[in-house]
Amino acid sequence: MLEIKGLSKSFGRHKVLTDIDLIIEENKIYGLFGRNGVGKTTLLKMISGQLSRNSGEIKLDGLDVLENDKAMENLCLVREFSNSIKEMKVKDIFSLASIIYKDWDEEYKNYLIQEFNLRIRNSFFSNTKFSKLSTGNQTIVGLIIGLASRARITMFDEPTLGLDAAMRYKFYNLLLADYEENPRTIIISTHLIDEVSNLFEEILILNDEKIALHENVDSLREKSYFLTGREDNINSVIKNKKVIYTDNFGSTKIVGIYGELTEDEIREIKSNNIEIDNIPLQKLFIYLTENIK
Amino acid sequence: MLDLSSEKSIYIQVAEIIENEILLGNINEGDQAPSTNQFAKIYNINPATARKGLNLLVDEGILYKKRGIGMFVADGAYQKIIKKRQTIFYKEVLPEIIQEADRLEITLEEIIDRIKEIKGGE
Repeated sequence: MLEIKGLSKSFGRHKVLTDIDLIIEENKIYGLFGRNGVGKTTLLKMISGQLSRNSGEIKLDGLDVLENDKAMENLCLVREFSNSIKEMKVKDIFSLASIIYKDWDEEYKNYLIQEFNLRIRNSFFSNTKFSKLSTGNQTIVGLIIGLASRARITMFDEPTLGLDAAMRYKFYNLLLADYEENPRTIIISTHLIDEVSNLFEEILILNDEKIALHENVDSLREKSYFLTGREDNINSVIKNKKVIYTDNFGSTKIVGIYGELTEDEIREIKSNNIEIDNIPLQKLFIYLTENIK
Repeated sequence: MLDLSSEKSIYIQVAEIIENEILLGNINEGDQAPSTNQFAKIYNINPATARKGLNLLVDEGILYKKRGIGMFVADGAYQKIIKKRQTIFYKEVLPEIIQEADRLEITLEEIIDRIKEIKGGE
């Protein structure tokens, strides 16, 4: 279990995260969302022990992750490589990863190279400098490291940059297949909400220096509704509700609300000739990342 | 197929996919049901979501677990699904049809005549 307590981070005067408490459970796939610049990468870098913090703690099995070799071998963050790593040969990057991560699986790495079609002709590819690869292939090297690390907490920050649809789905497939065989905690931060929404078990939304939302996917769905009906009827039933979406359609009003409804409330809504529907997950994510305050 | 943009929860759709397969006779009583792994692979969904759908059917006695092997279709599953779907038909599908017919000023007799016509003079 990964435990975050009172975590704060600022860059100079600019506050990014303030007093965050969060528990990441074992063997679940988390989706991390939020608008650009909200601090998703900062949070992941801190979890992986690669970035200092202003205050608070991040503990894996009770041990703080910062500059802790024992924790590092179980924490893998896939993101853009640093410039010094980009100048290395691909094969050297792989062997570096194989040394860092305790549960690295060399055979699986080779399998992934085949699956992702990174052909190594007479070791031509692996002798290539990373920086000479195409954008898509650079991304794939990162994905292979993330998957083959089998790290107890594996984090992917915008994992599919520059990949075409076929390769992105290849990645989702490989990830799910290997996750089922070798359960571990996976955190994915991405803007491609549509494609990945069903990969997740838990959803995290960052906003305004905080974790604005932490929910199980199914309960999230079950407490979000579209209400459609005459404007005056709608207005009277949404008084105490958190409205995350609103639109007008002729004299009909459509609102999205977030929060559980009691059976009495549902009955009252229906008796007002208001239709109730659940909000599809993909839309819900968009409304929530746009609107959560 | 799963409809990812549907308002219906994915795990409920997973359960319905298996029910449909049983209704169509593609999976028979005693057969093994698709695994969470297969669902994850084919539909790109989290195995926990697939498991939730399968467990829903276990709770209803449509599937049962064999430890370490997987899920299997229980005896009597077919009839259970028929019963369940009939209930849904009468409680949800039919009232909606009747409501729509009312809006369109279609009488009950007209509906019945049309059904007989479609069914071919049974």
